[in-house]
Amino acid sequence: MVVISDLAIQGAQMLLVLTLAPLLTGFVRKVKAQLLRRRGASIVQPYRDLLRLLRKEVILADTASWLFRVIPYLIFATTWVAAALVPTFATSLLFSWSADLIAIIALLGSARFFLALAGMDVGTSFGGIGSSREVMIATLAEPAMIMIVFTLALLAGSTQLSNVASFMLSSSVGVRVSLALALVALVMVAIAENARIPIDNPATHLELTMVHEAMVLEYSGRHLAMIELAASLKLLLYISLIGCVFLPWGLALPGAGAAAQVAAVAVYIAKLAAGGFLLALFETTVAKMRVFRVPDFLGAALMLGLLGTLLLFVSRSL
Amino acid sequence: MPTLSDTIATGRVIEAHRSYPRVVVSASLWQTLISRLSQGESTLLGLWGDADAVHMALLDEREGGVIVATALTGEGPIPSVSRVHPPALRLERTLRDLFGIELAELPDPRPWLDHGRWGLRNPLARHAEAAGEPTSYPFLGAEGEGLHQIPVGPVHAGIIEPGHFRFTANGETVVRLEERLGYAHKGVESLMAGASIEQAARLAGRTSGDSTVAYAFAFARAVEAALAIDVPPRALWLRALMAELERLANHFGDIGAICNDAAFALLHAHTSVLRERVLRAAAACFGHRLMMDCIMPGGVAGDLTPEGAGLIRELADIAGKAFPALVELYDNTASLQDRTVGTGILNPTLARQYGCGGYVGRASGRNFDVRRNLAYAPYDSLRFEIPVRSEGDVNARVWIRIQEVQQSLALIEQILDAMPTDGPLRAPVGATGKPAEGLALVEGFRGDVLAWVRLGADGCVDRCHLRDPSWFQWPLLEAAIEGNIVADFPLCNKSFNCSYSGHDL
Repeated sequence: MVVISDLAIQGAQMLLVLTLAPLLTGFVRKVKAQLLRRRGASIVQPYRDLLRLLRKEVILADTASWLFRVIPYLIFATTWVAAALVPTFATSLLFSWSADLIAIIALLGSARFFLALAGMDVGTSFGGIGSSREVMIATLAEPAMIMIVFTLALLAGSTQLSNVASFMLSSSVGVRVSLALALVALVMVAIAENARIPIDNPATHLELTMVHEAMVLEYSGRHLAMIELAASLKLLLYISLIGCVFLPWGLALPGAGAAAQVAAVAVYIAKLAAGGFLLALFETTVAKMRVFRVPDFLGAALMLGLLGTLLLFVSRSL
Repeated sequence: MPTLSDTIATGRVIEAHRSYPRVVVSASLWQTLISRLSQGESTLLGLWGDADAVHMALLDEREGGVIVATALTGEGPIPSVSRVHPPALRLERTLRDLFGIELAELPDPRPWLDHGRWGLRNPLARHAEAAGEPTSYPFLGAEGEGLHQIPVGPVHAGIIEPGHFRFTANGETVVRLEERLGYAHKGVESLMAGASIEQAARLAGRTSGDSTVAYAFAFARAVEAALAIDVPPRALWLRALMAELERLANHFGDIGAICNDAAFALLHAHTSVLRERVLRAAAACFGHRLMMDCIMPGGVAGDLTPEGAGLIRELADIAGKAFPALVELYDNTASLQDRTVGTGILNPTLARQYGCGGYVGRASGRNFDVRRNLAYAPYDSLRFEIPVRSEGDVNARVWIRIQEVQQSLALIEQILDAMPTDGPLRAPVGATGKPAEGLALVEGFRGDVLAWVRLGADGCVDRCHLRDPSWFQWPLLEAAIEGNIVADFPLCNKSFNCSYSGHDL
């Protein structure tokens, strides 16, 4: 019986993240436009864009290999599975017991690996530039992410997000310096991973400054739709992750009733909206940094993560 | 070494050329002028062709005078200027494309504007030939381990003008940038030949849309110089008013666009609002947002009503109040300063050698502005300062624009206060029955626009050359980007904001 209810919740959550992801992207764009005193496109515009892309024909470069055609689906699948592993409104997920935080990082890492390959596959110079920059960012973001996981795992005694969330909800957490460090580091990694300002500009038309966009320049039609949806899912995943680990209040615990589940969904949507608003506000107030400043930025995230881990070895109460 | 006035004494002065002297020079005198150029004693203002001659406009650095020197093709091959003075190179390559004039020892014989797709070769020569198949264009090499090429354009991801940029990079660092332009060639000079003055004035105003006032102004002044026309005073002041409005609109647009290229959209949003206000005021006062066809040879096309003057005063007031806060935002945003300070440094020596005008030159220490150095009415009776900086980076170019906005706002107030309240707006422009030539320079928002015109006895344009300030700025962009990273190119490019259309003719 428990398995069936967990399966239902897992299924509901997978559908929820998929339907909410474009809405979150639309919401962030809308808030940014409003902050610039523009009217901005409707927040459902990303859905329309996806539909439009799905209906359009796919233009493939002559030099594109089978890899180029397969990769959009691979990226979408891995990102979706990764997003399904994060407890959004309920902690009792079926997948939780088979995959943990490290699995999420690995899934996203594979998606990135494939995207970088796709960038180079066609052989245009922009794809190559994008892949090389993306991989540079990845080599710095992933260790920082691992350090954050270590901090959380040392505290909660588990790398499983459901356990971490339960631990965070318990009274034994208290105020901890290491958690604050991990939060700051995670936000920095999230900005870099999602190609947001100041690391990358998702709205740019300047091909020479692109990172993520440069790799997907050659994609069109349904392939592009898959990649765009995966990018939206990834943004949602990171905001959900921050919400689940650092603001776990409102999560439906195992065995909660239907009413509690619905309330948990409402809280989750509120968390997403807050995260999206803060992201838009932050992006409006900073300029993009030079490509070679990115190592400094992510280096700081790595050091914060490392410090968080080390503090826990000094004292369990920090 | 003879000064330019000595040169005039030795050459054959053309009487029909007005405002500045034109002198037909011998081969040896031409050589002397070239060596003066290469030694920095004079600055090249322009170089253009005729069916059987090459003209070169020079600015004397000591005396401040301008002359046009002419070398005739009938007397043996004309020595190339760019062999010792590189700023002339692209002008000479264009000369070869348009007229088929072969200069002796031209260092780079590749075509420039002609991509082999016009269907004609040497369209302005006496006998244009049908063109053959387009040939491939060899780019300059850069050799070394780990170097790779990045071709960018002519079609870009955003809606901008077409131009090709060939980067050779080592990882992210640019080793060499080579531009290839000419994609926006419209054949302005061919269309000018035989056009009536009215038609030609409209055409001149369409050479580069963002500088339409400056071009129409320069063309009108060249025609008026040729025909010795006195322009009514109110028309002169209205022209200056339009020129300052154009400068204001473009500088507002540029300041925002530079910040937008560093992904700082906030400033772009604010300056776009100001730019839009300027354009709407222009539309309300002069009937066209960009003030196209408002300046005509002999005067201006329409008058400014008292309500219009009120609108412009209101605009200057609003912009004057809103702008300081934006300047503060620019100056206090550390992440933005981190991008602009020290990026794309243009060496002052190069700026001086190339006679680079506008904000690009003035940000690299070249203290030159036509409104003061070769003053024309009504600027000779206006008070304004010309900002000059010496850093030469993107930040300096932004600051020159910021200070020029402040000066333009003050100038607009002065012009509205000092302008004669009524009077005629246009002097008659008609054929004089004999050929006449005129040269004029006007300070557009980008820098000095040069217009040279030869009118036939029937009053139609026989030959007209319009030289955009970008001719001397594009090559410097190649120099400024060297050693910077590829991702900083859009920022440098935007801070130069050279014209493609004005350059490609």
